[in-house]
Amino acid sequence: MKMLEVNNLCKKYKKFALKDINFSIEEGYVMGLIGKNGAGKTTLIKTIMNQILKTSGEVIVNGWDNVTYEKKVKDMIGFVLVDFPYLSGTTLLNNGLLLGSYYSEWNQEVFIEYLQRFKLNPEKNYAELSKGMKTKFQLAFALAHNPKLLVLDEPTAGLDPIFRREFIDILCDLIRDEKKSILFSTHITSDLDKIADYITFIDKGEIIFSDSKENIQDKYHIVKGPISSFHQISNMNYVGLKKNETYFEALILDANTLKEDDILGLNMIIPKLEDIMLFMCNDNINGGVSNNA
Amino acid sequence: MDVVIINNSQVPIYEQIINQIKLQIIEGKMHVNSQLPSIRQLAKDLQISVITTKRAYEELEREGMIYSMIGKGFYVSDQNVEILKERQIQLIEKAMIDIIRECKKAGLTVDKAVDMLEILYEGENV
Repeated sequence: MKMLEVNNLCKKYKKFALKDINFSIEEGYVMGLIGKNGAGKTTLIKTIMNQILKTSGEVIVNGWDNVTYEKKVKDMIGFVLVDFPYLSGTTLLNNGLLLGSYYSEWNQEVFIEYLQRFKLNPEKNYAELSKGMKTKFQLAFALAHNPKLLVLDEPTAGLDPIFRREFIDILCDLIRDEKKSILFSTHITSDLDKIADYITFIDKGEIIFSDSKENIQDKYHIVKGPISSFHQISNMNYVGLKKNETYFEALILDANTLKEDDILGLNMIIPKLEDIMLFMCNDNINGGVSNNA
Repeated sequence: MDVVIINNSQVPIYEQIINQIKLQIIEGKMHVNSQLPSIRQLAKDLQISVITTKRAYEELEREGMIYSMIGKGFYVSDQNVEILKERQIQLIEKAMIDIIRECKKAGLTVDKAVDMLEILYEGENV
């Protein structure tokens, strides 16, 4: 059962475009959306949320088109976004009462429970919250209307590691019931190294890959060795390279098909998502990335 | 069931899970027909992806270490201890080949290497 399907989605601006985006999330799984600043993560999320109009393609949430059935779709999505659309002149409790009424499954008691769990005082004015508290508030609000899909746009940006850990804990709790799916965009990829089931990586408005994290970790490896062994990588399919007078480091594809002799004397390292991003985004590490494809 | 994940290890997480569960089954710490935590429970406890835990369980099932009952979960299979021991020995062999490679690199003779092994084997620290 697919919770979110993005098919051939395009959004054209004068100087930037999302090109032919395709990916989907199954019910009960976490999809991490990664890419550097300006890669198109937020544009993609805003298009999914129908906050900005798409140029072409379609977005299907739990079987419903996000434009044709906008109200129904928005009812199913809980979000934590960068710009907060909440009422800053009133209390958290009132924010829930006033804005929650737009949702068919709004539950004020659940909302208060989450506020308490996140140690937020319901009587506090929204404007008085710190950045981390605002994120928690948004999450409490999102969860109080029992969403099927959670859309989180950089929820952990600018927050300390303790809060980030707590946030990940909460998400882990949520997906245990197998009914909710999460789309989690971030450039702090260590948050996703652990919990994400799938990763969609975009750069310059295009998908570089969208795959399960297990497959990604099987496929990509970093090979590192002294420069005297550099000739050994000539047979490998590498997508990123960093090289100086002493050693070289390359991100290689199809690492699982290499034989032991191919890698004799070289170090094979399982890359973190961050490493993959660095190798594949940066066009000019130490003066020379080449692509043998 | 004990599982400890080392995050900056070069052993993939699913393999770490497999190895630790296997060891506990071989050592008899996990009994035949006892139930394993659900995939989602384990993923939550370890704060890892559901797919990673799923992969580990599926691999263990393929190897016959555990079996699944639809809608109920995973259980420890009745093990053939001899086969398990044999597999362990295969792993040791593989580790030894790595050591031999290192010895050759360092120019260590067989006799010297065996001496070293004997001393270490009898040592109290290992």
